[in-house]
Amino acid sequence: MAGHNTKKDAGNPILKRLLSSNLTWSVVALIVLIVICTIFDHGFLSLSWNENTGGLAGPLITMLQESARYLMIATGMTLVISTSGIDLSVGSVMAVAGAAAMQFLVSGLNVWLAILLSLLVGLVLGCINGALVSMLGLQPFITTLIMMLAGRGLAKVITAGQNTDAGSVAGSEPLRWMANGFILGIPANFVIAIIIVCLVGLLCRKTAMGMMIESVGINQEASRMTGIKPKKILFLVYAVSGLLAAIAGLFATASVMRVDVVKTGQDLEMYAILAVVIGGTSLLGGKFSLSGSAIGAVLIAMIRKTIITLGIDSAATPAFFAVVVIVICVMQAPKIHSLSAEIKRKRALKSEAKAVTA
Amino acid sequence: MTQNEPIVVMKGITIEFPGVKALDGVDLRLYPGEVHALMGENGAGKSTMIKALTGVYKIDAGSITVEGKPQTFNGTGDAQNAGIATVYQEVNLCTNLSIGENVMLGHEVRGPLGINWKKTHQEARKYLDQMGLGHLDPHAPLNSISIAMQQLVAIARAMVIDAKVLILDEPTSSLDANEVQDLFAIMRKVRDSGVAILFVSHFLDQIYEITDRLTILRNGQFIKEVMTKDTPRNELISMMIGKSAEELSQIGAKKERRAIGADEKPIVSVKGLGRKGSIQPTDLDIYAGEVVGFAGLLGSGRTELGRLLYGADKPETGTYKLNGNQVSINDPHTALKHRIAYSTENRRDEGIIGDLTVRENILIALQAIRGMFKPIPKKEADEIVDKYMKELNVRPADPNKLIKNLSGGNQQKVLIARWLATHPELLILDEPTRGIDIGAKAEIQQAVLDLAEQGMGVVFISSELEEVVRLSDNIEVLKDRRKIAELENDATVSQETIVDTIASNNAGKEA
Amino acid sequence: MTSASTTAVKKTAKKSRRLDAQMIPTIAAVVIFILMLVMGQALFGTYTRLGFFSSLFIDHAYLIILAVAMTLPVLTGGINLSVGAIVAITAVVGVKMTMAGIPAPIAMIVMILIGMAFGLLAGVLIEEFNMQPFIATLATMFLARGIASIISTDSLVLPEDNNFDWVSAEIKIIDNPKISNDLSFNMGVVIAVLVVIFGYILLHKTRTGRTIYAIGGSRSSAELMGLPVKRTQYLIYFISTTLAAVASIVYTANIGSAKNTVGTGWELDAVAAVVIGGTIVTGGFGYVLGSVVGALVRSIIDPLTSDFGVPAEWTTIVVGLMILVFVVLQRVVSAVGKKE
Repeated sequence: MAGHNTKKDAGNPILKRLLSSNLTWSVVALIVLIVICTIFDHGFLSLSWNENTGGLAGPLITMLQESARYLMIATGMTLVISTSGIDLSVGSVMAVAGAAAMQFLVSGLNVWLAILLSLLVGLVLGCINGALVSMLGLQPFITTLIMMLAGRGLAKVITAGQNTDAGSVAGSEPLRWMANGFILGIPANFVIAIIIVCLVGLLCRKTAMGMMIESVGINQEASRMTGIKPKKILFLVYAVSGLLAAIAGLFATASVMRVDVVKTGQDLEMYAILAVVIGGTSLLGGKFSLSGSAIGAVLIAMIRKTIITLGIDSAATPAFFAVVVIVICVMQAPKIHSLSAEIKRKRALKSEAKAVTA
Repeated sequence: MTQNEPIVVMKGITIEFPGVKALDGVDLRLYPGEVHALMGENGAGKSTMIKALTGVYKIDAGSITVEGKPQTFNGTGDAQNAGIATVYQEVNLCTNLSIGENVMLGHEVRGPLGINWKKTHQEARKYLDQMGLGHLDPHAPLNSISIAMQQLVAIARAMVIDAKVLILDEPTSSLDANEVQDLFAIMRKVRDSGVAILFVSHFLDQIYEITDRLTILRNGQFIKEVMTKDTPRNELISMMIGKSAEELSQIGAKKERRAIGADEKPIVSVKGLGRKGSIQPTDLDIYAGEVVGFAGLLGSGRTELGRLLYGADKPETGTYKLNGNQVSINDPHTALKHRIAYSTENRRDEGIIGDLTVRENILIALQAIRGMFKPIPKKEADEIVDKYMKELNVRPADPNKLIKNLSGGNQQKVLIARWLATHPELLILDEPTRGIDIGAKAEIQQAVLDLAEQGMGVVFISSELEEVVRLSDNIEVLKDRRKIAELENDATVSQETIVDTIASNNAGKEA
Repeated sequence: MTSASTTAVKKTAKKSRRLDAQMIPTIAAVVIFILMLVMGQALFGTYTRLGFFSSLFIDHAYLIILAVAMTLPVLTGGINLSVGAIVAITAVVGVKMTMAGIPAPIAMIVMILIGMAFGLLAGVLIEEFNMQPFIATLATMFLARGIASIISTDSLVLPEDNNFDWVSAEIKIIDNPKISNDLSFNMGVVIAVLVVIFGYILLHKTRTGRTIYAIGGSRSSAELMGLPVKRTQYLIYFISTTLAAVASIVYTANIGSAKNTVGTGWELDAVAAVVIGGTIVTGGFGYVLGSVVGALVRSIIDPLTSDFGVPAEWTTIVVGLMILVFVVLQRVVSAVGKKE
């Protein structure tokens, strides 16, 4: 995270680098969406102070609140994708962790214990993914597909098929605050999410963890030969992804203090993948950018907000996102990249050939 | 025979990759009933030329004519339809299918009800018989036969498409002497049936034995087309590398053997180290300041023994003593911690980490030893990178370049820098000079001698006996996954000594 | 002479053993299916009734078709995650059209065309833009599901006297006076059987089929052998997605209604069927008929769990564990095969 924008060449290259950076384009897209929303809804940018909650209020604030969960799963997904894997189970893990938290609260557990235990549940699910991928060498997408399926079932088992509501449970304020509270007027969950993203970023870039994750994603066997233990790294990233998904699950359920075993976290694996891709991390693994993914996550929340602001049926959201994924992947395809270079090259060669014959 | 019109005429072939001209106006003519060798150092453009002829690469300029008809190949299918068949170094068949299916794939005999499997297998058998492979069962899975046999099956497949041109790209690199003779017998058969054969091999003996005509390339440029029988070896070599014969003879004299003193203790001493299917139990002592050469053919176990010493594969038998202490080295991490390093023969798949920078590639092993959470301080890292890049003369001298963008020789130097940065007591170098240009080769050879001079134990594994003989103090000769001899490499030992040792040992065959 | 014949014997022995290793998962699937039947019969006594078999096939004809559809991409080491969503979009469109008074045959043709279009799109994304199959089909899955949701989120019911009936109308072969002991089938089952036969012929009797196996073995080898890899890849996703539309027709006709959420998670059921049936997820080995057995195993889990009184929530966990066990089994088998 730190390594990416610290070094800049002097002069014109800065502009060039800015233009070629995924980050820049994500920010531009974010601004464009905000402008569009403001045109449709003149109050979109308005911020007001809400005395009841002790924080700012306004469309942008709700957008940030929603983005917290995407920040979490996108961060975990970035690390997993960097190892050239994928974690399709993040949405289901969210549901499981949320279900666990709500069920614990209803059964009268202390709120802090409930939070801790539900995070642990997410961690364990992540560890199971990690163990299957690293020790048994199963393909990531099959492994996490199974977890996605089984996790949904597990969430239902935990709540016995109910959509457990812990809204009336006393003493659950800390959890509520986590999702709906404010720190210095800014949504608490967003602040927590950003802090966690920064911590993960520091961990990756200030230690050798980031390089080793990338190394495993680029060439697993070569990494093993340099003394890195790829199995450990793989286990670690899936475990982290599980834990972060559990936090996202808490954010998602605590805002309404209710888990929907079908809808909580549904389709969110797609959002996470999308955020990572927008952030400029290749789906083939290798170099990753947590800051890119973080902006990608906020952008996704913004896209959803835009859809709502424009009054488009929310049912259209998946289709809309699918189109965005397709467009981004198409733009990243080597074919498109080489196309312009190819045209130039062919032209040069042709003129050269002409010069020779003449 | 040579009065014939050529089947294939390639003229002025130019292929450019971003930033490099891989081929620059190269000509090639292939005549029916002739074996034609494409000669040149690595990087001369041989494989690019082959890929142009097989339709893998599109040519940017020039023309390809097959039997007088100009051709534009937009894929391997086009080239095959024009009668050009290829057998690659790494066998490109499908191991999940049977031998017969592989031979006939895409050309299965079809009846009114789809593929007629009975007839298809009969056809396959017919083609296998033609190649003298009648003993193979077309129904058997491909992976039940040896790599050498698979290569011959691939040639049988080429005959199915009724090829007029057969390209053999380094088919002999993994074959032993007998298997090479089998291959040559088939090549002669195919040649005599009027097919033009394009043959690539690094072994000059083979070139002189089987080929009729040579085209020499250097740095992507056409140097000359000559008849094999009119071209003496040293002339050929000097054309390939662009240096005169006198210059060549100066490149290296044999090093004087460093005898091991009676009171010296080995750094590494293994007894009965082995692994099933990889290498039989082997005893070996390696002393400080000594270069131990591993000589043997591909598949003799030379690489396997190196990997076992490093723990890249887990040893199943034997004891491992390091400076007199019993250790168990089961993975590379442990080996590095015990200051043993191994540079792989498979640079692309097991060596470089392509999308990381040169700097990261140098530091990564040292970092792995220290552990993930103890990063190397920036200043120390800079010093290490700077020191080894200078010492090994890595070019370009920019540590922030991605390693995948460096030439093979410089990638190899970076890898050696990576291992040196871990300060190994024992450095195992597996084919460190393969596939790199002659200048870098000499630099790496010199580095090996210097390291031993400084007191490091070095294991030097190479398929080029000449190098092994020139650099080693002691030579371990391997054959059929066993160590068959240990030679004190004094003045009496030459390449022939090793070849004779391998040829005269038949113990492995009976076992 | 004797030595030659003994080596020949050895060779065939070796060959059959190797084939066995490949077929272990498929054989295991058959064994498990039989065991499930025996267990069901022993405990509940209804599992050998003709009526049970009739409804097993009639109710799960769609899954058999999806299993065939999934077998093709998985054989190449790919996957088609969009099959469930394709069922949803085609079902919603088909029923909507019928409700608007458009004749059923036209609605069905449109359903098939939609499947074809999505298949083509997946092919373009995979082949032209180098997307990994699971990402490309994940995208088309969301696209299809999203469009289905835009069209309608209501539960749509087929009007009376629609011409979907001919697919679902039961045809009795044995009219047994005992309750639920009739042997019957419907056109849906016939369609499923035809699809299976089509899949079998495609994979084992055509060059395209052999190319599919070759791609699964090694795509680069297949390319260097001059096989039409690109065209075949297009065909695989085209056929696979089109078959999903066929499955949608069969399913919609059977239940007589459609909703945008129909088919959620079916891609997993299809993967389960394929994997249980012995097709290796990394590609290269597998059989259509194995997938059919896999689909039957998957189908029988539902009545078994409900007869055991296991809550429905557990079904997905059971299916998940089952896929896991079979994937692990595949790993073990291929690891053992390699060691030999």
